[in-house]
Amino acid sequence: MVKMLLGKVVGRLVATQKLHAFTGVKFLLVQPLNSHQKPQGDILVACDSVQAGEGDLVFFATGREASFPLPDPFNPSDATITAIVDQVNREL
Amino acid sequence: MILGIVTGSVVATVKDKTYLGHKILMVQPVDQHNKPFGTEVLAIDKVQAGAGDRVLVMTEGNSARQLLNCDTIPTNMVITGIVDDIET
Repeated sequence: MVKMLLGKVVGRLVATQKLHAFTGVKFLLVQPLNSHQKPQGDILVACDSVQAGEGDLVFFATGREASFPLPDPFNPSDATITAIVDQVNREL
Repeated sequence: MILGIVTGSVVATVKDKTYLGHKILMVQPVDQHNKPFGTEVLAIDKVQAGAGDRVLVMTEGNSARQLLNCDTIPTNMVITGIVDDIET
C-alpha cells in the first residue's frame, strides 16, 4: 500500500551523477515515525520540495504522487517530503 | 480503500501549495473488529472527521486527485467517509 507518513530528517545524501530530472533536487534521509514520534520501519531516501533540514519533523508522500511537487514532472521519485510539520495533535 | 480510526491531526505551515485549505489527519488502519494493524498513516480529510471516528480511507492516487479537484496534489490517502456500522 502506498502511504503518506510522518518522518524525521536524519541526514542528507549527495549525488553528482544523477538523472537530469533530479537536477536541483535535494535528497534527504528520512526515518518514518509513528504518531508517538517513535521510529517505525526502515530509513529511506526522499526528495525534498519544502527546504527541510536535518532534525525537522516532516510529512512525506510515497508512490506515483511523490513526483508531482518536483520541478520536472517526469521524474522517477517514489518518496518526496511535502510539508514540514509544526505540531502533531494526538487525541487518542 | 481501508478502514481506519482517526488518532489525531497534524499542523504544517511550510507545505506544498496544493495542500492549502486541506486538513491532514493521522489514521491508524484497523480491521473489522477495530483491531489495529500496520503503521499509522496521514490522510487528507474531505468529510470533517475527528479524533476517534472510524473512517473509510481511499488509498489510490488518481481517485484522490479527482476528489480534491487538483491534478498535481501529492497525495494518495483521502478520508472519504465516516463509518456508522459494519456487519460481519
